[in-house]
Amino acid sequence: MGSRSELMYFAWRNTKVRVGVLILALFVILAIVGPLFARHDPNAYVGPPAHPPSREYWLGTTTFGQDVYSQFVHGLRATFIVGLLGGGIGTLLGVCIGLLAGYRGGMVDEILNMFTNIVLILPTLAVLIIIAAYLTVRGILVESLFIGCTAWPWAARAIRAQTFSLRAREFVDLARMSGRSSWKIMFYEIAPNMLSYLFMTFILQFGGAVLIAATLDFIGLGPTQGISLGLMMNNAVLWAALPLGMWWWLIPPGAAITAIVGALYVMNVGLDEVFNPKLREL
Amino acid sequence: MALRVENLRIYYRTLRGYVHAVEGATFSVGDGEIMGLAGESGCGKTTLGHSLIYLKPPMAYIEGRVFLDGRELPIWDMDRMNEFRFRHISIIPQYAMNALNPTRRIGPLIADLLATRGIDFRQILPELQRRLDLVQLSPEVLNRYPFELSGGMRQRVVMVISTLLNPSLLIADEITSALDVSTQRAVCEMIVEFRNRGFVRSTIFITHDMSILYQIADTILVMYAGQLAEKAPVEAIFRSPRHPYTRMLIASLPRVGARQRVERLKGIPGSPPPLLDPPPGCRFRDRCPLAFERCQEPPPFVEVEPGHFVACWREI
Amino acid sequence: MLALENVTKVYRTGALGLRKLIAVSEVSFEIGEREIVALIGESGSGKTTIGKMILRLFRPTSGVIRFEGKDIFSLRGPALKDYYRQVQGVFQDPFASYNPIFKADRVFALIREEFYPRIRRSAWEQRVEEALRAVGLNPSDVLGKYPHQLSGGQLQRFLIARALLLDIRLLVADEIISMLDASTRIDVLNLLGDLRERGLSILFITHDLSLGYYISDRSIVLYRGRVVEMGATERIYARPLHPYTEMLMESIPRIDGRWGATSHRVERSAVLSGAFGCVYYPRCPIAQEICARRAPELTEVEAGHFVACHVRAEASSSAG
Repeated sequence: MGSRSELMYFAWRNTKVRVGVLILALFVILAIVGPLFARHDPNAYVGPPAHPPSREYWLGTTTFGQDVYSQFVHGLRATFIVGLLGGGIGTLLGVCIGLLAGYRGGMVDEILNMFTNIVLILPTLAVLIIIAAYLTVRGILVESLFIGCTAWPWAARAIRAQTFSLRAREFVDLARMSGRSSWKIMFYEIAPNMLSYLFMTFILQFGGAVLIAATLDFIGLGPTQGISLGLMMNNAVLWAALPLGMWWWLIPPGAAITAIVGALYVMNVGLDEVFNPKLREL
Repeated sequence: MALRVENLRIYYRTLRGYVHAVEGATFSVGDGEIMGLAGESGCGKTTLGHSLIYLKPPMAYIEGRVFLDGRELPIWDMDRMNEFRFRHISIIPQYAMNALNPTRRIGPLIADLLATRGIDFRQILPELQRRLDLVQLSPEVLNRYPFELSGGMRQRVVMVISTLLNPSLLIADEITSALDVSTQRAVCEMIVEFRNRGFVRSTIFITHDMSILYQIADTILVMYAGQLAEKAPVEAIFRSPRHPYTRMLIASLPRVGARQRVERLKGIPGSPPPLLDPPPGCRFRDRCPLAFERCQEPPPFVEVEPGHFVACWREI
Repeated sequence: MLALENVTKVYRTGALGLRKLIAVSEVSFEIGEREIVALIGESGSGKTTIGKMILRLFRPTSGVIRFEGKDIFSLRGPALKDYYRQVQGVFQDPFASYNPIFKADRVFALIREEFYPRIRRSAWEQRVEEALRAVGLNPSDVLGKYPHQLSGGQLQRFLIARALLLDIRLLVADEIISMLDASTRIDVLNLLGDLRERGLSILFITHDLSLGYYISDRSIVLYRGRVVEMGATERIYARPLHPYTEMLMESIPRIDGRWGATSHRVERSAVLSGAFGCVYYPRCPIAQEICARRAPELTEVEAGHFVACHVRAEASSSAG
């Protein structure tokens, strides 16, 4: 049994990973396939207002007669895109800065550390409000960019710590003695050893991005057009969905976000057990 | 006989099956004997030593009986062994210097340990102080935290604690491997001193360093790939070894006085067999220059001369 | 070929970097062609630090390390690569030297990429096979495997083969034997001797004197970052002059004789000698007043045999 197939064996055997992957897969399929079944544009006023789920409208309609199902599946897509983009940018930034700071140490580390700390304590909400004031029309791209550029600090910190410990290992010395340049060492020697960590970092960033996006949308700082799960929840609360008994408007998006982010986090814990042999139970 | 081991079989439970770490070990250690347990890494010596006192997963007890001073040791039962541990059988682990709880002072640590055995610290204190003095530690040490002492001092503290209740059998597991040459000698001499003064009756000294055993052991038990190869008084092992493995091992030891340009020593080509699915018969077969067909059958560990045991078809 | 001149390495420790840890202090020695020099010391002696400085992995705080007359820390670009073409190292833990997620051969691939980018594949494979055979490995046994599939002895030899691919002149071997089994040790040691016959020089860093005696031509004894004795191996072992060397010789477990009585053990407070006195003062049985005040210099007491001890240097000069 090679080491890679051993990893796959443990990954699949781990209930947490299995459950997490399955739940995620479910939603991904829904996000891809769902909109194909949506007969109406998500924001169009098409049906009778405040109608509960029926055969015509699978998840009912909003106060304005918009198709909740259509909103849901399109919103799911938007949520995943933000997660991928925002999470991806955050991971990339975190990895590059963390690797550089951890490997070079010294003055480079000090400067990058300072930078990281500043971004960490930045009051993101305040900044976002200012940005919102300037950019009156915002799309998903801007939102993802913003999330990615503010969520990377803790990833950078964690990766820097890992890099520190890997840097002192003898195979790095060997690479230096083989005349390798620092960049090659960082990306070809150190980073591959942290693959599991990088993977888990991405998962957490993804989940985090989804959550932040939902929050931003909920308080109205999200994209100005389009639909997302957070926006759905925003509208639902704004128009008193719950007191009026329109559970089909509020519950599905909330449950979806909870399930997705929850699945990601559970998968992460499971993967930790997979990658770290000491945590495994035989 | 202080310790008698009969047909002990200890395997490791792993994902891929059982690792045959100790295969049918039968030997005894007499009263007052310091027996060196020698062999290369993976030969099973540490497993054997630990199984006698602390057999926990992934180690699995398969079969065998162990008798200490005539009483059978229930080594498979961790709870019942509690009665024997520390009092009748004790161990000094490898990296003993790191075995002390860094957040407690040494005195209270010992007091707690004794309390679990129902012994009053104050009653044993005078003896404890005498022993500390013997290993050249001031009784002040009891008021210190472990990090305030040097590595060598911590090692000595652990040695004193392990032998405090005068166990019949002391297992010393590679206690010299992490030490400097000068401390190594001091620790070895202490082991002998403990025996001479009756603090410990018999000792099993586990190490891969044969030259240390030459200095302090009475007898040496050589293990190879989970099987016992040879047991004999120390002079016999070094001057007239009978197992091919022992012979080749002794021949490969550099000694001060031997220079490569003058006399080139030879190693043993090849490597030990995997213990997950070991080959039948004598496990040294593949590397042995004297192997023949009979070696497919595992040779018994028999006494070929008084006190000299060998497991080799060529010698029986 | 290689010369260390008053090399010192000081680390800053403590909360604000206020405390100093002197790892290596004013060490000077040379390594010539075709010789094996044993650098002997216990933990804390600075021997590994010296090895890593020679390999340009750490920078000395002061002093110069010269290779063929040039300061190795002034080298850049192609000159630096040229240095590594001639000087390489092998470390103590065979498994730690390999990147665990790649196959063992990758260490060869790195060499090819950095030093022989234009070599043809067949020529390279032939070179690799020659190097493997030279260290006693069978190419078909060891190529294409992951590090955990090979034994410690095989991994160490693999690393030596890697160094041979470069036609090196100096190999720094830092405790390469200590993690190997008894039966493999002697084979790797013999290999080092064979390499010397091929024209290689080796700096053999070890704490085990019997190994040093077996294989080295000259020995340098380190204590707490300073050279205390230096000279032809046979002379040092036959007639150790420094009290620390004597203590080491006394304490090695031998298999041709039992330990004799220990010489007088001493423990004094280090405060008495402070930063200026002899580094061995706190443990020295023959120390005198001058030893606490002034650190001794390395003096030549017989041809090629140096010792840093006021008392012994004095005794030798008055006797000889």
